[in-house]
Amino acid sequence: MLDTALWSDTNAGALNEARASALNESEKTMKQVLCWLKVAVLGLSCVSAMAQPKAPDVLIKEVSIDVIEAVKADKGIQSGEVQKVIALVDAKVMPHVNFQRMTASAVGRYWRQATPEQQKSLQDEFKILLVRTYSGALAQVKDQTVQLRPMRNSADDTEVVVRTEVRGKGDPIQLDYRLEKSADGWRIYDVNVLGVWLVENYRNSFAQDISAGGIDGLITKLTERNKAAKSGKT
Amino acid sequence: MSAAIRRLGRWLALATLLSLMYGCATVSTNHAGPSNPRDPWENWNRNVFAFNEALDANVVLPVATAYEKVTPRFVRQGVENFFNNFADAWSAVNNVLQGKLERAFTDVVRVGTNTVLGIGGLFDIASEAGIEHTFEDFGQTLGHWGAPPGPYVVWPLFGPSNVRESFALPLDRGISPSLVIGDGNAQWSLGALQIVNVRAGLLGASKFFDGSGLDKYSFVRDAYLQRRRNLVFDGDPPEEPPPPPDPADRGISDAAPPKK
Repeated sequence: MLDTALWSDTNAGALNEARASALNESEKTMKQVLCWLKVAVLGLSCVSAMAQPKAPDVLIKEVSIDVIEAVKADKGIQSGEVQKVIALVDAKVMPHVNFQRMTASAVGRYWRQATPEQQKSLQDEFKILLVRTYSGALAQVKDQTVQLRPMRNSADDTEVVVRTEVRGKGDPIQLDYRLEKSADGWRIYDVNVLGVWLVENYRNSFAQDISAGGIDGLITKLTERNKAAKSGKT
Repeated sequence: MSAAIRRLGRWLALATLLSLMYGCATVSTNHAGPSNPRDPWENWNRNVFAFNEALDANVVLPVATAYEKVTPRFVRQGVENFFNNFADAWSAVNNVLQGKLERAFTDVVRVGTNTVLGIGGLFDIASEAGIEHTFEDFGQTLGHWGAPPGPYVVWPLFGPSNVRESFALPLDRGISPSLVIGDGNAQWSLGALQIVNVRAGLLGASKFFDGSGLDKYSFVRDAYLQRRRNLVFDGDPPEEPPPPPDPADRGISDAAPPKK
């Protein structure tokens, strides 16, 4: 009785040991499996992140924060150096902008009559015009934060309006964006400052110049204007 | 009140006369662009706009720039707060007229706080406490109840407007601190200070407008019309219906611009 008890005890000990090692083994395999799982999940989320573009409001918020931080870190931008502002805009903003659509819609119905070369110079000069105009505003950036206002779109919309508010000292500034869904994420195609849609605002003055001197007339005027501003006389 | 409106009327008559003279004196700027349905009086408006620009460049801007240079920041801030406090009170009235009672209440709290704690409105304690402006005026009240904006109008001295805002203008411009002051000279100085205060606040913005557009007139006009619409809908206007297809949208070649 005692023997058997002893035997069983030792036996139990061995058994426990065996069990423990088996457990160790299984723990190891478990760990390995977990590890693989993690990798798989990470990989999957990477893939899904690529397949599922960032939500438009998330994108706007991220780009806004990015730009504010970049301005705060750069004295040159704060003093309104246009070249630096252009570099910043090219790096942080332009990848998320459909600038061709922006220019096309500012030029209006004449866009389709423009040659590819004319379209290209229109885009280039319009970009400089916008950057030049807004470099002053960017220079004012200090301790602002950007808050998202409620959106009104449904999940399957391919064009949305993201509405934000820039808060700092003084009254909040309304800043809204129109975005379109493209194959590689959301793209901005119009901006609203304090209730004024920019592209719409340029349309009339562009149309006027085109009806006076054709598309080349507008290009010349834009180029002259940009050059004059560059050399300091606005 | 009626005195203020009469004074405003006299101002306006004088300014209209002046700008008419100016319009005759300068070469009439007959613009060549397509006519805009929202701006049927464009030629007249452009003349008044040019007059206002000249007046601004020669009188108002230099004074505002000097004002910004010689007065310390806290004085300018005090002046701005003082006028804003009146605007808040007027905003409260208009919020009530639009049935926006919650916002009206905010305005009343603002005016109360700033008048009592902010020493007659010189300090904007309410903003620092996080109570925000709503800035409603009578033009927005008319718009809220469905009054259409009507064509664009540029008034001498007062600048961009539309027909709806023009009806509201005597009230919106007339309600100011000068209302509660009986003395004529003090009224004039206060009115002048108000203009200088507004212009000084816009020094940055006007630089922006100078550089932004190719044609400043149409840029200012379109910005104004959009901005007012946005204000009427409290920052959330419905999408505008797409413009009707343009009958002229064919055969305009770049090489040969259409002849008028």
